[in-house]
Amino acid sequence: MAAPLAPAGRRAPDSLRTHRSAVVRGGRPGEPRRVAYLYILPALLVFGLFVLVPLVRTAQFSLYEWNGLGASTWAGLSNYRDLFTEPQLRGAFVHALVLVVFYAVIPVLLGLLLAAAMSRAVLRGMGFFRVVLFLPQVIPMVVVAIAWRQIYEPNGPLNDTLRFVGLDSLARPWLGDYTWALPSVGIVGTWVGTGLCLVLFLAGMSRIPRELYEAARLDGAGALREFRAITLPSLRGELAVALTLTVIAALKTFDLVYVMTSGGPGTETTVPSYQVYNNAFLLGRVGIATALAVVLTLVVFVATVLINRVGERGQR
Amino acid sequence: MTLSITRTSTRHRGVPGDTDRRQGAEGPLEPSVLTVRGQESESARRPARRFLCIGAAAAVALLIGACAPGDDGDDADATGAPTAGDVATDPSELGDVTLTVWDQEVREGQTEQIEALNAAFEEAYPNITIERVSRSTDDLRTTLRLALSGEDAPDVVQANNGRPEMGQYVASGLLTPLDGYAEGYGWFDRFPESVRALASYSEDGANFGEGDLYGLPQMGEIVGLYYNKTKLAALGLEPPETTEDFEAALQAAQAAGEVPIQFGNSEPWAGIHEFGFVQNQFSDAETIRNLGFGRPGSSWTSDDNVAAAQATRDWVDAGYFVDGFNGVSYDSAWQAFAQGTGVFFVGGTWLVADLTSAMGDEVGFVLPPVGASGQHLVTGGISIPWAIPANSDAKEAAAAYIDFITSSDAMTAVTEAGNLPVIEADQQTTTGLQSEVFAAWAQAGQEDLIVPYLDYATETFYDTITVAVQNLMAGQSDPQQFLDTLEAEYTAATGS
Repeated sequence: MAAPLAPAGRRAPDSLRTHRSAVVRGGRPGEPRRVAYLYILPALLVFGLFVLVPLVRTAQFSLYEWNGLGASTWAGLSNYRDLFTEPQLRGAFVHALVLVVFYAVIPVLLGLLLAAAMSRAVLRGMGFFRVVLFLPQVIPMVVVAIAWRQIYEPNGPLNDTLRFVGLDSLARPWLGDYTWALPSVGIVGTWVGTGLCLVLFLAGMSRIPRELYEAARLDGAGALREFRAITLPSLRGELAVALTLTVIAALKTFDLVYVMTSGGPGTETTVPSYQVYNNAFLLGRVGIATALAVVLTLVVFVATVLINRVGERGQR
Repeated sequence: MTLSITRTSTRHRGVPGDTDRRQGAEGPLEPSVLTVRGQESESARRPARRFLCIGAAAAVALLIGACAPGDDGDDADATGAPTAGDVATDPSELGDVTLTVWDQEVREGQTEQIEALNAAFEEAYPNITIERVSRSTDDLRTTLRLALSGEDAPDVVQANNGRPEMGQYVASGLLTPLDGYAEGYGWFDRFPESVRALASYSEDGANFGEGDLYGLPQMGEIVGLYYNKTKLAALGLEPPETTEDFEAALQAAQAAGEVPIQFGNSEPWAGIHEFGFVQNQFSDAETIRNLGFGRPGSSWTSDDNVAAAQATRDWVDAGYFVDGFNGVSYDSAWQAFAQGTGVFFVGGTWLVADLTSAMGDEVGFVLPPVGASGQHLVTGGISIPWAIPANSDAKEAAAAYIDFITSSDAMTAVTEAGNLPVIEADQQTTTGLQSEVFAAWAQAGQEDLIVPYLDYATETFYDTITVAVQNLMAGQSDPQQFLDTLEAEYTAATGS
């Protein structure tokens, strides 16, 4: 069949079938034919030009010491070694891991909780709540970042509220505080990600046959048992999708950090993407920046593969 | 690439019917997101391997074919430098030219003066059309790198004269040396040596402050002490003359329930100015200049620098800076000062126009107080100079433009827009805050009080010192750790 070659999806075989008799001489039906490559050639060219070539060039730059302006010198793998020896660069990856908790783990848990609650109760204005919770996904991240920066200001709404209710001791310059800056950025990620997870899970739950729940109830299962035995296993696919999207978002965060903290205070909120930008465009260390980008790409790739492995195992 | 496609295509054969079976197994109710992903991950597994082969082949081909980064097109500077004889100083004879100018004159008074000058220039020379691209300082800084190294470079740019920018550009041959134009236009007479030195580099970019001229500034800049006249008068105090006066004033302000020093350091470059302001009171000019220009011969860990770092920390601990300054942006800080929160504000002369229009006569400006350094040393120098990229295709028009915006008439326009002109400041008529700033600038010039911005020192010192100052002022590192960090980078760069 030609389907594996045509990424267009399940309709592709039909459209190919009409061409088959005209193009193929000999060859068993269902066998891949070279002509199929013609169909993907345009896409492959675009993909190659805008994804593969930059990727390879990036990998190549990472082996040089280059300031982005003049001549470069061969550096071998020393840029990669610096990633592990320079505390600032290493720290960026640690911060990214912390952000994974805020961007992925918490939104998925919150999303599950909300979805389970929302699907059990008949809620008036359900559509409205869904839209409101999903809204952060629609707003451009830069706008989100600017809005939250205002909220976190030393005299911003958050601190005002805390002082108003008498919690003066909790008020602090959130984004300038060495302990709280990173969690503050992370919470924005949670705010953005939760809606996406919720909508995914609600869609997934709507597809679970009601009969399963009825059967479970007849067997005397409570809400928790229902959730563990029916809802959670049925949502494995959605969980994989949600985790993939949110983990990638966490690992490649840039806009929030760039707008809200510029990596500060000190280097408390630097993340890999910010360091790529900082090293390439501000410090003129293109070799380091590209090495960082390559490692970040690999980390994202591995994370995606792992999550999908786990997600698929349950479906088969 | 085509070769590897045809070869790999014969190797993998799909099992007939296996996609159909899978389709049947899919539930009709599955949400669309999942369907697409699920199908892709399964059906794409085998082609994925094939794509990897193609990708690997392409990668190898590219790696072999591609040259090392930065190899191409570094012959630009060969055509760059003009000699005195062949400079045409009459722009009207240049024919029709479109001049692309990248500037960062975005603050109130800056936009006003550059727009006025651009209009006047186009009126004087109708054959030249100016295409102005205006960005904030930070945005210009990040886009300039790519723009300068490209074939289609702008014709005039504002490039920060420190080592991280101008130094690197000069070393890579991306800026045009201006000495030929300087002779033609008489810039050597117009600008004193002290001003030109701040935009001069040796040809290899290694030495700062000597060699060829690479840019001309429009404005002077000093980072002094703004104070709220009403509040200081209410405290019964005069503007501080010495560090002791200043500390007494801070104490008095605090006792009166005022914010002693308004400060915002979330864009961390403000910390360079704040620490420089303190250091100027403790360390001598020679030390600060060596450290700032990245010249050997001084040390960050000397006693006077230790005292400066300690004083900074003590002032933070005493609560003299506004609460939560690390979370306050620079603009919020000066705006809060303008609205009456804060007795003092350490800031540059680029704020004169903004603060005058916000505060009128209520704001004053003095040089930093005198401490152990014995002088009113003040951080500053020149505004970001105007330079000509080596890849510009309209260098003569560019030089004419730079000449025009730094002429005597231009200095008057700069003044009228509320700024501090780098030369001929004494010939302007000013009132209020502006006249205080002009007086301070004149004093700084006469007594040789100006010391450089500390981030000029090395190519990465901006990053180092901004983080270090944030850490010091937030109590994350003690003065000794702070200075050790700076000393390590300084000695590594100067080899001393």
